[in-house]
Amino acid sequence: MDLSWMAWTQPTAIFFAVIASLLIVMSVWEYFSPGGAPRVGILRFETTRGDRLFVSLLGSAFISMAWLALVGLNLWWGLAACVVFAVLVFLFV
Amino acid sequence: MSIQKVQNNKAWFMVLPVLILVAISAIIPLMTVVNYSVQDTFGGNEFFWVGTEWFQEVLASERFHNALLRTLVFSGLILAIEIPLGILIALAMPKRGWGVSVCLVLMALPLLIPWNVVGTIWQVFGRVDIGLLGHGLASLGIDYNYTQNNLDAWLTLILMDVWHWTSLVVLLCYSGLVSIPEVYYQAARIDGASRWAVFRFIQLPKIKRVLLIAVLLRFMDSFMIYTEPFVVTGGGPGNITSFLSIDLVQMAVGQFDLGPAAAMSLIYFLIILLICWVFYTVMTSYDNDEQSSGGGAQ
Repeated sequence: MDLSWMAWTQPTAIFFAVIASLLIVMSVWEYFSPGGAPRVGILRFETTRGDRLFVSLLGSAFISMAWLALVGLNLWWGLAACVVFAVLVFLFV
Repeated sequence: MSIQKVQNNKAWFMVLPVLILVAISAIIPLMTVVNYSVQDTFGGNEFFWVGTEWFQEVLASERFHNALLRTLVFSGLILAIEIPLGILIALAMPKRGWGVSVCLVLMALPLLIPWNVVGTIWQVFGRVDIGLLGHGLASLGIDYNYTQNNLDAWLTLILMDVWHWTSLVVLLCYSGLVSIPEVYYQAARIDGASRWAVFRFIQLPKIKRVLLIAVLLRFMDSFMIYTEPFVVTGGGPGNITSFLSIDLVQMAVGQFDLGPAAAMSLIYFLIILLICWVFYTVMTSYDNDEQSSGGGAQ
């Protein structure tokens, strides 16, 4: 099957592989610990661990955009900020 | 005696056809857009890596900021007009008798008209030479021309959207209003509640959920609006009605700048995703609050 029209690159393939891996890890986690561990965090509404992953990913996208718009190059530091944000979301949201 | 929860995961296979459809119609195109957003192309299926350049260019672009601002202002105005107007019409509609069917059919009519037809109707309607609105205003001595005047172009688009979509808000609010049990009104009459008090403390809380759905639908739809303004004004005069969607199509199809267009569409998508999530969270919070307070779903 010719997928050249999709214009794949190695970095974007890694990006989607990471997203897919996260979903698989979440599925395995859910299998061994069903229910999604719902709780009410600092945002004052109930979240499951799936919600927390979604908030982490969406927030990371906006952090990356803000990094590009305000700081510029060297997105690795932006990525580090995203990881810190995701950890905080999983701990407190 | 303990009750063991039986988990049957066979139901997931029922979801498989939908997953395949979504993969083909949404996920694969989205992946392609992500791939395009980090590359440049001159056609011929040849691509060159540019990294985050397009994102930086779009985020710093005045054109993008202006289009985003225009879209947000348009959506804000649409909500500010359609939501109160929809509630007022729903409150004024009859609750029983032959008038109900007549009103419901009349309200549903604008919703049945395809978007490009609505655009064409209003394009002709507003023309000064042959349109009823344009010609009528001109004969009254009002200088109206949506093809040349910025304010007229905005007014025409807002009027068109209000005409087309207020019905949706009306129908949603009406469905919420007719589901309120009569005993609430009887209790209000016994207490001598005013018309405003009935609305504020009975009707508004009871239609809160459908109203939120109406706000979500109208916001999303007006934020993504393309066909109607494209047919009526084409983004003009100048760029004054060039909303994000129109600007995006112009960049992708008109200029064939696939890289910047892909970056812009991803930013556009993320904004929509964020707003959807906020609305969804607020709606589910209301549900949880109602359940925890013992009110149950309406």
